[in-house]
Amino acid sequence: MSLTRPHTRGLLALGAIAVILPLLLPNPFYVDVATKIWLNAIVCVGLNLLVGYAGQISLGHAGFYALGAYASAVLTGVYGWPGLGALAAGAAGVGLIAFGVARPILKLKGHYLAMATLGLGIIIAIVLNREIGLTGGPDGRAVPPLTVFGVRLVGGALWYWIAAGAMLLAVALALNLIDSPPGRALRALHGSEVAAEAIGIDATRAKVAVFVLSAVFASVAGSLYAHADRFVTPAEAGFLRSVEFVTMIVLGGLASTYGAVLGAALLTVLPQLLAGLADYEHILYGAILMGVMIFLPHGVVPSLAARWGRRQT
Amino acid sequence: MAEFLQFTFSGVTVGAIYALVALGFAIIYNASQIINFAQGEFVMLGGMATVVLAAAGLPLPVAIVGAVAIAVAVGLLLERGAVEPARHASVVTLIIITIGASIFLRGVAQVLFGKDFHRLPAFSGDAPIVVGGAMLLPQTLWVLGVTALVVVLLHGFFTRTLFGKAMLATAHNPLAAALVGIDTRRMLAVSFGLAAGLGAIAGILIAPITLTAYDVGIMLGLKGFAAAILGGLGSFPGAIVGGLLLGLAEALTAGYVSSAYKDAIAFVAILAVLFVRPSGLLSLGRSERV
Repeated sequence: MSLTRPHTRGLLALGAIAVILPLLLPNPFYVDVATKIWLNAIVCVGLNLLVGYAGQISLGHAGFYALGAYASAVLTGVYGWPGLGALAAGAAGVGLIAFGVARPILKLKGHYLAMATLGLGIIIAIVLNREIGLTGGPDGRAVPPLTVFGVRLVGGALWYWIAAGAMLLAVALALNLIDSPPGRALRALHGSEVAAEAIGIDATRAKVAVFVLSAVFASVAGSLYAHADRFVTPAEAGFLRSVEFVTMIVLGGLASTYGAVLGAALLTVLPQLLAGLADYEHILYGAILMGVMIFLPHGVVPSLAARWGRRQT
Repeated sequence: MAEFLQFTFSGVTVGAIYALVALGFAIIYNASQIINFAQGEFVMLGGMATVVLAAAGLPLPVAIVGAVAIAVAVGLLLERGAVEPARHASVVTLIIITIGASIFLRGVAQVLFGKDFHRLPAFSGDAPIVVGGAMLLPQTLWVLGVTALVVVLLHGFFTRTLFGKAMLATAHNPLAAALVGIDTRRMLAVSFGLAAGLGAIAGILIAPITLTAYDVGIMLGLKGFAAAILGGLGSFPGAIVGGLLLGLAEALTAGYVSSAYKDAIAFVAILAVLFVRPSGLLSLGRSERV
């Protein structure tokens, strides 16, 4: 078993796509869309560790994403923190919150787990909507540019490279984790929690760790998004945004890191394609969602991989 | 005291609506182990279709029957078109399919009815009845009366009719039910029709009190799901108790603590309950097989 080589190849291929993509994009608008693809992909790669590998659903990850975004927005905008400090503080805070709720939440199973994570996300969204003094309420708030060592990072092209770099880092981290002993423990857990515990895996600890990790991924992506877009709204924490993240990883193919990236790309681009349809956008979006899930219930990457008769990790 | 009574009235009214929605969740869950996230859209459809049919000149009772029929038809179509073909997909896939359906239905409603709020006249006027110093809207009596009637009829259906018993048998053990000759696929279709009808009735009852719009289904659906979970998924008494508790908790919080966080309280409550009782208040106590 060669564990490192396929990763290097896959990462190089993904990196090549990230480098070539901006050359093919006709104008800055598409570069912004591509930036959003990579940022969504970071959330999805983390979420996929939780849902795809550990088999624990979360319908609330947009809450963590938005908390990261608002931590950056408020700490830099209101309290004048340095950008990277705010990003790290946001990630640490979100990690702590996730750690605090992980134990009782991950005791739940199936639809009860779905309800609890959904509730957590909605509570976060409501707080962001109501604490108008800090968050600006439903209208959202502007975010100052990210400043690193006195250099102001602004401009669509620059943020494309920051997002692409962060995404590659996230993918590399995830791929390495999956093939490490903790990663194998997660997969064992997905198969059967009881069996995993019988062979000595601390199931609760493994689930808590991956929940916290996926929340931190989401928070960092949220912070980057806040500085890239220079504006945040509570809609980022909404139920539909959480559903969007889960749909991305299911669409790409659960338990496939590249699938998570592909799903993020497809579902980030789709609304842009449908935007011209104005009122009919939602009808088509819903119909496509249903259709894809009915005809490709295992997602795009595993379905294609099965067709080519190759095992995909 | 009058204040407390007032909050209780509004809590029980909303709670009854949540209970109807939660019953819809429970019925579909029992027939198929599916959580139908489009349940809230049936509530929206009921209210909106009644408004439109009434505005088209139909008398209110006819408009109501028509709206319920429309919702039931949509429910049956949804089951046949989107759920049945993916019957054996994973839970997450089915959740996304029903969410896709809810986005689709919301989109259709937005095109057909526009984005404005619509108002349905109260069934028997707006003159409040004063009870113990608190105002009781006649519509509240309609909500409670119809909900009680629906619960009694449902109870009769599930305990007295062969069809209802067949549905319960399917819920209990689909394989055994199929072995004694019950068409379990038909049970699934009927459960969607029934849940859609219940949702529509809830939407029609509440529309005169809270107004209705193309997107009211999101929150009502999620609260109904929360109520169903609170009581214990799949339990009918649990759905009713869960709905009423949730409605009361919300109204009392809005009244005494903060109306800004009224919507949050339902979800805080559900997290608190789940942390203590991981399968709801009146759970069926099924243990997981390994």
